[in-house]
Amino acid sequence: MFYRETGQFKTSYAADQQIFPIRQDRVGVALLLVFAYLVVPVIADQYWFSAILIPFLIFSLAALGLNILTGYAGQLSLGSAAFMAVGAFGAYNFMLRIPDMPVIPAFILGGLCAAAVGILFGLPSLRIKGFYLAVATLAAQFFVIWALTKFGWFSNYSSSGVITAQQIYLFGVFAVDTPAKKYLLTLFVVSVMALMAKNLVRSNTGRAWMAVRDMDVAAEVIGYPLMKTKLLAFAVSSFYCGVAGALSAYCFLGTVEPDYFTLDLSFKILFMIIIGGVGSILGSFLGAGFIVLLPIFLNITLHPLFGLLGIDISTAVVSNLELMVFGGLIIFFLAVEPHGLARLWQIGKEKLRIWPFPH
Amino acid sequence: MKHLKKATLALMTVGALAAAAPAVQAEDQFVSLLSYRVGPYGNNGISIFGGFIDYMQLVNMKGGVNGVKLSWEECETEYNNARGVECYERLKGKSPTKGTMVHPVSTGISYSLLDKSVADKVPLVMIGYGRTDAIDGSIFPWAFPLVTTYQMQASAMLKFMAQRDGGKGTADLKGKKVAFIYHDSAFGKEPLEVLRAESALNKFELVEIPVAHPGIEQTAQWQQVRQHRPDWVIFWGWGAMNSAGLQAAQKVGFPRDRMVGVWWSGAEEDTVPAGPGAKGYLAANFGVTGKDVPVIQEIQKTVYGGGKGDLKDQSKLGSVLHARGVLHGIITVEAIRTAQEKFGKKVLSGEEIRWGLEHLKIDQKRLAELGAAGMMPDVKVSCSDHEGSGWVMFQQWDGSKWNKVSDYIEGNRTLVRQLLTASAQKYAKDKGITPRDCAKEDMAAAPAKKK
Repeated sequence: MFYRETGQFKTSYAADQQIFPIRQDRVGVALLLVFAYLVVPVIADQYWFSAILIPFLIFSLAALGLNILTGYAGQLSLGSAAFMAVGAFGAYNFMLRIPDMPVIPAFILGGLCAAAVGILFGLPSLRIKGFYLAVATLAAQFFVIWALTKFGWFSNYSSSGVITAQQIYLFGVFAVDTPAKKYLLTLFVVSVMALMAKNLVRSNTGRAWMAVRDMDVAAEVIGYPLMKTKLLAFAVSSFYCGVAGALSAYCFLGTVEPDYFTLDLSFKILFMIIIGGVGSILGSFLGAGFIVLLPIFLNITLHPLFGLLGIDISTAVVSNLELMVFGGLIIFFLAVEPHGLARLWQIGKEKLRIWPFPH
Repeated sequence: MKHLKKATLALMTVGALAAAAPAVQAEDQFVSLLSYRVGPYGNNGISIFGGFIDYMQLVNMKGGVNGVKLSWEECETEYNNARGVECYERLKGKSPTKGTMVHPVSTGISYSLLDKSVADKVPLVMIGYGRTDAIDGSIFPWAFPLVTTYQMQASAMLKFMAQRDGGKGTADLKGKKVAFIYHDSAFGKEPLEVLRAESALNKFELVEIPVAHPGIEQTAQWQQVRQHRPDWVIFWGWGAMNSAGLQAAQKVGFPRDRMVGVWWSGAEEDTVPAGPGAKGYLAANFGVTGKDVPVIQEIQKTVYGGGKGDLKDQSKLGSVLHARGVLHGIITVEAIRTAQEKFGKKVLSGEEIRWGLEHLKIDQKRLAELGAAGMMPDVKVSCSDHEGSGWVMFQQWDGSKWNKVSDYIEGNRTLVRQLLTASAQKYAKDKGITPRDCAKEDMAAAPAKKK
């Protein structure tokens, strides 16, 4: 019907290779971006900015980072939260120690620190694979948090090991102080990096990653250097996680302790990509939405739902129920579509394209 | 799939309704509760928030605070910072007072809310936890780490140990060895600096032994204890770490009556699961607890008698954490009352409540009137002193209940203040905050000006 590429002829290589080959997709994404940049800042209130949109975008970015490593390059990692921590503390230290440090370069430098740590902890991937590698990346998780708490220098000798993000200014004058401005900054960083990731995975680098993911011996035989490819995946992935960590310190929480970046958070990010879709950029966003927003949604709905039904139920039971429903939904979605929400979306799109003739 | 769609739609509608509906009538003083009843610390949260709600319920049943009824809504944080921020933002929008005052009951969440509370002009109250250098009200006008800070408590613990050994002051610990076993997070690290300073000052040896979250496995740490053979152990844990630590202490044969816990490690939730291993264990607390306290009896009679109690398990009534929840309620209500004396008996804004908190004065006479004599030390807050007290008492577990074993003890106030002020000033410098002139405000004790 309306979602069909009939009549859209490609007359050049450039047209054939664009990110969204179907015009409807292009229009949809453009509308979404216009909505996110122009409409949302006008209609959303503080609650939406600081409690829903900013964490959603930040976790999407972290999930995107892990998806590059796990979904595209096939290297299972449980160190995402640690790389976020490196990014957050890195950006903090650059802002602290270099006078008049602009914020975007500080985020990038923080991300680069995370990338360096990522390469270091990616080294075992040259010898071990799969679940064994996941266990090896656990080392990153524990080592980084240990180092950040152990050495006071990282937190500027704060007695409790907590860092407080400095006030940030864009171009030295424009203060990013309200939730709406923080949202726009986060949105800008996330949309640029998502675009970069989308292009990266379509490039030679991305194809190298996927070749390694599908069969590393074959990839090596056809000429992809394993070490370089795998370590690059670790570097890029950690960079994304690092920037997400810096954003969570500066735009979301404001004050962070190393303990925030626990193994739990790493698992959460892993669940995001499993539920959203392994090896899909869109899946990272869908998965983050599912893991971050669904519990909040359940929390908001369950209480009035019981009120509506006239059942007097204790808050503790509702809180437990919320966890159960959440767990049930995870199982449900994985049973319905083991390849994640992104795959559901893809199936939907294909059905639309051949509608009304399913065969 | 169709059913699924319908169910989803129905849920969405309820969600939209819930989000749109105003939670409270305007004439109620709305208190937002960032509670946790599930997750690793859920068991503790049930008691604390149970006590908090029970006390507010009691006040309401007796006609409210000078006729102003309290209302509240809970939001489950799971003790998670991100969820805590979400809950704070959500509940803030539920009433014109933005939630009156916020009690995060989590050091991590209080850190995340510190800046927001300033921007929103909502007082951040941290009773016995939190960012402790916020006792400097000139730099942190909106934060109130009330009653006693971790640092004052740690210092008092040392004095208590010296006294148990027959000495007079902390100086008598000279030549002894104290092991500090702590939850390796901001919560556990807050007292490190003061313990180090005390160790240098009083010439006792300090052994620092961190325990990684969640601290269920402590064999390695207690092997270290066995190796070092300390005279005393300071135990700084929370949640599952506490009973695990007590059991591990029993395993390596470290005497429990040489082990002093922080007030977050000294509740029935910690000692009962540890079984006989907990007998003799010492811990700090704000004051007496138990079912004999008149206010607890009143809660049992009026609130639970009226079927409005919050606890499912009534055996928890008057337990250490339930009593602490009641204290949260008392402090909240008394701060509102103080503010009402100045601004009138109506629903008050966050700014007015802040004034009330800064001029809060609860002495034993007032506590006795409330039926809570001895539940906490005298508290007198001022602009320069957002702590209000600094005193702490100690209790011992006899296998079935906690018994008070000391009077109120004060740590080395000069030393602690020095460290906290230095830390607060560093914060002010980092953030570019110009401190208020507290000397002037304390002198006048007249209408406190905004920062």
